Amino acid sequence: MKKFETFTGVVCAVDRANIDTDALIPKEHLKSIKRTGFGSALFSDWRYNDDGSDNAEFVLNQPKAQGASILVGRNNFGCGSSREHAVWAVAQQGFKVVIAPIEGDIPGFADIFRNNCVKNGVLTVQLSSEQVDRIFEMAMADEPLEATINLDEQKVSFKEVEFTFEVDQAVKEKLLKGLDDIAESLLLEDEISGFESRHNTQLSTA
Amino acid sequence: MEKTLFDKIWDEHVIKELPGGEVLLYIDRHLVHEVTSPQAFEGLRLQNRTVRHPELTFATTDHNVPTDSRTEITDPVAKAQVDALAQNCVDNGITFYGMESDKQGVVHIIGPEQGITLPGTTVVCGDSHTATHGAFGAIAFGIGTSEVEHVLATQTLRQKKPLQYKVEFKGRVPTGVTAKDMVLELIGEIGTAGGTGCAFEFCGEAIEALSMEGRLTVCNMAIEAGARAGLIAPDQTTIDYVTVEDRPFAPKDGELEESIEYWKTLYSDDDAVFDKTLVIDVEKLEPQVTWGTSPGMVTGINSTVPQLDAVAEYSPEDVRTALDYMGLEPGMKMTDIKIDTVFIGSCTNGRIEDLREAAKVMEGKQVADGVRVLVVPGSEKVRYQAEAERLDRIFHEAGAEWRYAGCSMCLAMNPDKLKDKERCASTSNRNFEGRQGRGGRTHLVSPVMAAAAAIAGHFVDVREQV
Repeated sequence: MKKFETFTGVVCAVDRANIDTDALIPKEHLKSIKRTGFGSALFSDWRYNDDGSDNAEFVLNQPKAQGASILVGRNNFGCGSSREHAVWAVAQQGFKVVIAPIEGDIPGFADIFRNNCVKNGVLTVQLSSEQVDRIFEMAMADEPLEATINLDEQKVSFKEVEFTFEVDQAVKEKLLKGLDDIAESLLLEDEISGFESRHNTQLSTA
Repeated sequence: MEKTLFDKIWDEHVIKELPGGEVLLYIDRHLVHEVTSPQAFEGLRLQNRTVRHPELTFATTDHNVPTDSRTEITDPVAKAQVDALAQNCVDNGITFYGMESDKQGVVHIIGPEQGITLPGTTVVCGDSHTATHGAFGAIAFGIGTSEVEHVLATQTLRQKKPLQYKVEFKGRVPTGVTAKDMVLELIGEIGTAGGTGCAFEFCGEAIEALSMEGRLTVCNMAIEAGARAGLIAPDQTTIDYVTVEDRPFAPKDGELEESIEYWKTLYSDDDAVFDKTLVIDVEKLEPQVTWGTSPGMVTGINSTVPQLDAVAEYSPEDVRTALDYMGLEPGMKMTDIKIDTVFIGSCTNGRIEDLREAAKVMEGKQVADGVRVLVVPGSEKVRYQAEAERLDRIFHEAGAEWRYAGCSMCLAMNPDKLKDKERCASTSNRNFEGRQGRGGRTHLVSPVMAAAAAIAGHFVDVREQV
């Protein structure tokens, strides 16, 4: 996996709560057996008109969001299915970071989506609802909104304002070092074999 | 140290604590379907890695398969995906129940049926509804494709232990109110993110009174409340399910006795500590119907579509957007909502008991004019059982379509789809925009409520109809 490096990019802010995985990538795009080619399917029900042309109303199609690499949504982002295709679509559309707010006891991200992001080098940043409101306000302008994401320092910086964010230390290390989980786990072969020799899986050979 | 049910199973499966708060967790059963696995097998091939335990891995094809015929898949892209799974299973020595198999079915239906799912095990699948298997007292959760690849290669996962959330269903449900209504009530109360970061333990009199089928329905929708897992402590109902019928992969004889001894230790100790707790009184629970585009947008059948500012877990804007999509207005009676389609099936409600209950409501009656009704058994085993009990005849005579097993209109990857603005009473688990077809409008209900709506042509309190 590629290492996550500090970068400056353009924001695309989609003002909806509970953006589910069916919205991120509708099921007709799940039939591929490849890991690539999902970028154009991101948000396809909202992004395209019935005739396949771009829906000019949808923010991703607006000039200010062209080339965007920072996706901002509302709480419970990525709820629904476990389809990693949703993260592949986000990443292959060019997004490296997704930002969503914690509002009361409603977290920014659904568990499986957040987990799948880490596996694909995509950083999820949870901010307060006031901070995310501020980003939506700044993103209302016609000009593209730029931000710098520094994972090492845990900062999101805009021209006018800077926010710090919390991050799970295991996640931070994986992203910064670009670690491959499977390779790391295979190094633990002795522990796994040792465990297997004393563990009962209860399987009957039919 | 007092332990919860979850703690006991988790501790049995921790291989090693890892830096950063994760553990390396052993996985006893890996279920695989065609949609979320091809890229994982491809990843193994590219790295020259092999499947560590093919005998602990079980595959079927459910999402893409047509349910009106078992002869061929006409969609070439869907066929390629199903063929890829079949080939991957041959190449890696994995048990595979393809479209032609009498054991094929929705992955979460066949796990329990075949004795693959057992109390005290860890079960994963590249599918969020893997929570279903927790009904046996197993730690079962959905994973993404990268994690599928990790399990194939290592039979382990790197996991952080979730928080633990005890949900007690107190009292007894009224007649006509089902497991589906219990879990919809929960989601309505805490919202679709209420359980995020947690594993539920469901307990209480109303849970103990449920059959295995009902318990599977409750755990199935744990993910709709945000929790990756939902568990129920095994009891005699669980043991009977595993031992009374033939479950090919369940332990036998001496091994079975040893397992049952272990299963009897699987309960939360009296003083075990939970991070969160909730008590839901079900004595007055009504049959539930969703009105919006999130499973938490739900109300009782004798209620009305809510006012924009009257829904605790959703903002007025969210409610407005949902009602616009659904073509509904605040204040409408739920019983005035007319339907075009009824879908009875899915990993939530495609088991034999669901079909029996739906058939009872439809027996000797006729489906309302203009309403299309699809009854899709959750597995081929369920289909044979239903046909042996002549349930298929009841559905046919009422004017419903009787199908082969598959996920079907739950997510509409196969040809069973809603058209734009078509309204469906569905026993499935998600009412997201476009879930059952672009522009389609989904209302989640129990099997008996779906059957009652099929007869009436609109939602109706099933208790008034039978």
